[in-house]
Amino acid sequence: MDHRIIDQQLDVLRDKILLLGGATESAVQRAMQSLVERDSVLAKQVLEEDKIIDQMELEIDRLSIEILALQHPAAHDLRFVISVAKITPILERIADHAGSIAEAALVINIEPLVKNYVEFPMMAQTAAEMLRSALDAFTNEDAQLSREIIERDKEIDTSYKKVFNALLEMMIDNPSATTGAAHLLFVAKHLERIGDYVKDICELNVYLREAAFIKHSRLI
Amino acid sequence: MENKIRVSNLNFFYGKAQALYDISLEVPERQVVACIGPSGCGKSTFLRTLNRMNDTIPIARADGEVIVDGENIYAPGTDVVALRRKVGMVFQKSNPFPKSIFDNVAYGIRINGIQTSKTDLNDRVEKALHDAALWNEVKDRLNTSAFGLSGGQQQRLCIARALAVQPEVILMDEPASALDPIATQKIEELVVELKRDYTIVIVTHNMQQASRVSDRTAFFMLGKLVEYDSTQKMFQNPNEKLTEDYITGRFG
Ligand SMILES: Nc1ncnc2c1ncn2[C@@H]1O[C@H](COP(=O)(O)OP(=O)(O)O)[C@@H](O)[C@H]1O
Ligand SMILES: [Mg+2]
Repeated sequence: MDHRIIDQQLDVLRDKILLLGGATESAVQRAMQSLVERDSVLAKQVLEEDKIIDQMELEIDRLSIEILALQHPAAHDLRFVISVAKITPILERIADHAGSIAEAALVINIEPLVKNYVEFPMMAQTAAEMLRSALDAFTNEDAQLSREIIERDKEIDTSYKKVFNALLEMMIDNPSATTGAAHLLFVAKHLERIGDYVKDICELNVYLREAAFIKHSRLI
Repeated sequence: MENKIRVSNLNFFYGKAQALYDISLEVPERQVVACIGPSGCGKSTFLRTLNRMNDTIPIARADGEVIVDGENIYAPGTDVVALRRKVGMVFQKSNPFPKSIFDNVAYGIRINGIQTSKTDLNDRVEKALHDAALWNEVKDRLNTSAFGLSGGQQQRLCIARALAVQPEVILMDEPASALDPIATQKIEELVVELKRDYTIVIVTHNMQQASRVSDRTAFFMLGKLVEYDSTQKMFQNPNEKLTEDYITGRFG
């Protein structure tokens, strides 16, 4: 059969999760931009658009369940629907972290500029790159790339420790920077969590491709 | 797990036409093996090779081995009647005889020349009807005609008839294909129930049915065994592209 009924629905599902992925990526990127460029208007926009992302999540949930209930997917079709259904809430949570970064930006942007963001932009860039690659790896069902991205999470963890120590020192040395630095600490934590979520997405990419569960396993 | 049946390099011919090519597979004891594949791929032929039911077709010829409990059933001198008692069969169309419910079940016991006292016979019939999940529905009308039963009940009656001779293996050829969804569900529940005591090989064209009831699935195409693996593997991540295409409906 050239065209199965399920193909059309799987295509729609694929389009929807790619849109959600794009929206999430953009939320993270713009939240960081609102912070670095002290652009509170942009931060508010990011917060506003989180509602759209929540809506996308609901639609994907509904469609995934409908395909499972009515089309009885098997093999790769089944793994695809399961992966989408599991990646979707992860993307939504990443977008929530982007929202939290935007909220922090609203506070930080009215505080005096904290000099020496140190490792900070680099950490943000690594997180954004990992997210983009994870979505590419999902699209191309690239298990190899996914495994490489999982390894990169360690870079974020290392950066997080450096940023944490640097901000702590800053608070001690310069008490007037405490409010700003404390909020930056939250931002760093959000980025670190985003790294963890990206890792979860990559584990699902491997499942999609190989039907192997590598989560909670040393066998990456 | 012990293997109840071991098929090695089995080839099968109807006259000059080859219907099965070099089939090798093992059926573990007290498990359900489902055979799936497009129609005409040789599922029924394969099933019938397991108790030499094909012997009744004059032009049919098998070579290779089918080992049941360590003995090649195609070896000269095999007692085919005893074989078919051990490896029973249930067909697609339920085929009760124009007799009472009781006699339908007792029939197998009688023709197999199994000597029983009257109470023994009653006990066996009752047990077979119990095991076929039919007893409660028919216990008050054992002497009425089997044709008064619904399609699903008739099919379970045929299963009871097969069970009455106390087989060890049950072969089922599309046992639910003519039944409505509720009767089908009952047969499926019964298959799962029966595997506690019996080894079952079931042919089905319904892939969801295969995935629901079986432990292992064999996928046939054009007389060849394309893939044979645990059902959960076959339906989640088969090794062969042909299997994937078939179970996901990519070809008719
Ligand atoms: N009694 C028979 N005589 C000759 N050819 C047969 C006979 N039964 C089946 N065949 C042929 O053997 C092949 C396999 O048939 P069968 O085992 O009934 O397939 P399935 O059960 O998968 O639909 C088909 O080509 C069919 O035409
Ligand atoms: Mg058949």
